[in-house]
Amino acid sequence: MSAMASSLSTGPLLEVDRVTVRFGGVLAIDDVSFTVLRGDLLGLIGPNGAGKTTMLRAITGVVQQERGSVRLSGRPLDGMSIERRIRLGMALSQQLVKPFRDISVADNVALAAAYRKTLSPLRALLSLSQSAERRVAGELLERVGIARHAEDNPAVMPLGVLKRLEVARALALQPQLLLLDEPLAGLNSQEAESLATTISDINAQGVTIVLIEHNLREVLRICKNLVVLDNGRKIAEGDPKTVMHLETVRAAYLGSGAGDERRNRQHRGSDDA
Amino acid sequence: MNYEISLMTTMAISVLFALSLNLITGFCGQISLGHAAFLGIGAYLAAMLAKAGVPFLLTLPLAMLLAGAVGTVVGLTSLRVRADFLAITTMGVGFLFVGIIRQREWLGGELGIAGITGSNMSKLGYMLFTVLCAILVMALCIYLRRSWMGRVFNGIAEDEDTMRVLGINVPRYKLAAFAIGTALAGLTGALYAYHFQYIGPDSFGFVESITVLSMVVVGGIGSVAGVTVAAALLSALPAWFQFIGDYKLLVYGSLLFLMIRFVPDGMAGLVRRHLGKRRAEERGK
Repeated sequence: MSAMASSLSTGPLLEVDRVTVRFGGVLAIDDVSFTVLRGDLLGLIGPNGAGKTTMLRAITGVVQQERGSVRLSGRPLDGMSIERRIRLGMALSQQLVKPFRDISVADNVALAAAYRKTLSPLRALLSLSQSAERRVAGELLERVGIARHAEDNPAVMPLGVLKRLEVARALALQPQLLLLDEPLAGLNSQEAESLATTISDINAQGVTIVLIEHNLREVLRICKNLVVLDNGRKIAEGDPKTVMHLETVRAAYLGSGAGDERRNRQHRGSDDA
Repeated sequence: MNYEISLMTTMAISVLFALSLNLITGFCGQISLGHAAFLGIGAYLAAMLAKAGVPFLLTLPLAMLLAGAVGTVVGLTSLRVRADFLAITTMGVGFLFVGIIRQREWLGGELGIAGITGSNMSKLGYMLFTVLCAILVMALCIYLRRSWMGRVFNGIAEDEDTMRVLGINVPRYKLAAFAIGTALAGLTGALYAYHFQYIGPDSFGFVESITVLSMVVVGGIGSVAGVTVAAALLSALPAWFQFIGDYKLLVYGSLLFLMIRFVPDGMAGLVRRHLGKRRAEERGK
């Protein structure tokens, strides 16, 4: 898996090279470059509308960039379908949780864990046994802390469980690079802290992670590096402490002088304050 | 007795046809309003081959092959469209098929092809053969449901975008569903041709496509048992009630509409809910 991959190659795992994405007349991503080294836990942050999710979508191939290139282990991904990129070692945990509602929580994870058997329809047709996948699902649900909900129907599960299910399902693909789009959104501070710790543990076990997250407290606690986007441009990158002290970042992201993200949000919410 | 045997054969053929559509629409969630075209391809190929003296048992796989091949091509062209547009595309294919048949003298044109023989079986033997085919296809469907292919089909039917994010090559699976489903429709078409010994363009038109879709929906989209029962019952109806045969499109069309409006998960869903309620009541006591 990832440990093996890192011994095979020493270059950066992900390279985003001068990527520009345009939706009609709107420039969503403007000439952004950054690299993710193996073993990194990189936070991709910025205010709403900064282009974080679009960046992730350009990496996974949901949207196509106008210019620039995305490379995984040095291999250009441009023009590749989503599923091929996933097969090359990425996994995406989406912001909006989308479990399959007809099958149990564990079966959701097993479906992802069966990625070798489902590579081609013929192989899938000839594969019946799901014991191995169910075992993997059990382990992963344990790892993200929702093993007790394994047999429950996702349709009736609270968001906290579904967010963890989304992460477990992404992990079941055994990715080298895990892309997490706001995994903590909608969770209370206790749930957020515990899931953030889980994410940090997953990273410590060798999975490189790119994390989009608004919860700055947890981002600053677990991320090793940050890339800050604002209005589709990269305005800063580096280790969290240095980045957060940059005047440009404070101005763009936190508002002038505001230190606490929550206060800042309320501030922005009230609009005229 | 002859009448019952013939009716039973018709029912088995309908079950086969409905199961073949259920594979595409029920398992994989890809709607088709032109499925009768593939029944027709199998039937016409079998008829032509039978006329040319090709043995019965050889015409069946050939009918599957041709219908499956055409089905794969149609599947390829429809990979870029979803839901409503897929319905319209497949409907177009259905009309195209009938249009071509009507224009071609060597396919019998408007008159169709009569005198298709060659199964060399008694009426009873042929009935048993079609019933056996239906049972085998049912078994195949149940197996497929439980295989990883069935699980992937399920996922695609529910949310194909998420399946892509899980690394599933969705187009390939859709093509597989089209290929298997249309090949089975081709097999059914061949059995149809030998059973009725006459085929014409009207046997494979829009009405038949709607009829088979209503069988799938009434049975419960995706449910092998439900679709089997619904297809058997609905195919026998015109024999029992003359007026249903006369107003086929009206009856099956209304049935389709009413089911989708009021019981979208079909008979299988009704049974499941009924059992669920009873179990809940028993637990309550």
